[in-house]
Amino acid sequence: MRKVVAPPGFRGYKPYGNRHGRKEHVDLLYEEYEAIKLADYDLMTHLEASHLMGVSRATFARVYESARRKIARALVETREIKSVFGNASLDHSWFVCEDCGTRFNIPDNHTEHCCPLCKSENIHFIKEQL
Amino acid sequence: MKTIISSTGNKLDSAFDLRFGRAGWFCLLNEKTGETTFYENENKDASHGAGTLAVEKVIELGAARIISGDFGPKAKELLEKFNIQMILLSDDSKSIADIIETIK
Repeated sequence: MRKVVAPPGFRGYKPYGNRHGRKEHVDLLYEEYEAIKLADYDLMTHLEASHLMGVSRATFARVYESARRKIARALVETREIKSVFGNASLDHSWFVCEDCGTRFNIPDNHTEHCCPLCKSENIHFIKEQL
Repeated sequence: MKTIISSTGNKLDSAFDLRFGRAGWFCLLNEKTGETTFYENENKDASHGAGTLAVEKVIELGAARIISGDFGPKAKELLEKFNIQMILLSDDSKSIADIIETIK
């Protein structure tokens, strides 16, 4: 589990003016977004950032590397970026299921990240507290 | 795992209750056996603290998650503390049996 302070404020990014039609999108995980934010936006060292996310420096470096590669791939191959929940843990997290519309929370001791009713993994974080 | 569903009545074809603390009945579903038991909510007309008392009942029954329409601020805080999952549905036209069917 990697701690994420705030999930991305977007569901995805789309290239425009591209000449090569639609392609499969790139899934950017919440923790990858957080890694990019901490290292390249908040300008923390990898060690500081890894402490904040509750992982080792090596794990942080791996997540960060994966995030950069995904973003580079999306830019070069003109692919959409979608933000995906991944393996993150959020404080007081509330989610909505895209398939059945159910809203729910995921307590700390739950390990499944899917909709409790329809078992769909197509779930999204809701920003505001319910 | 055990699940509590707030219900307006004590039968499987009773309508789902959108209220948690002031629901008429609580349906306890044991997912392993598929058994359901209905418990009357004695505190539904309490002048205050219905949500807190309902949470106590849920903990006593050993449920790990609750399906209801909404939770008050006190109930929410307690349930978060006890790691009980809250599942919110906004459709009160469903019966208890319908909901159990979707969990399966």
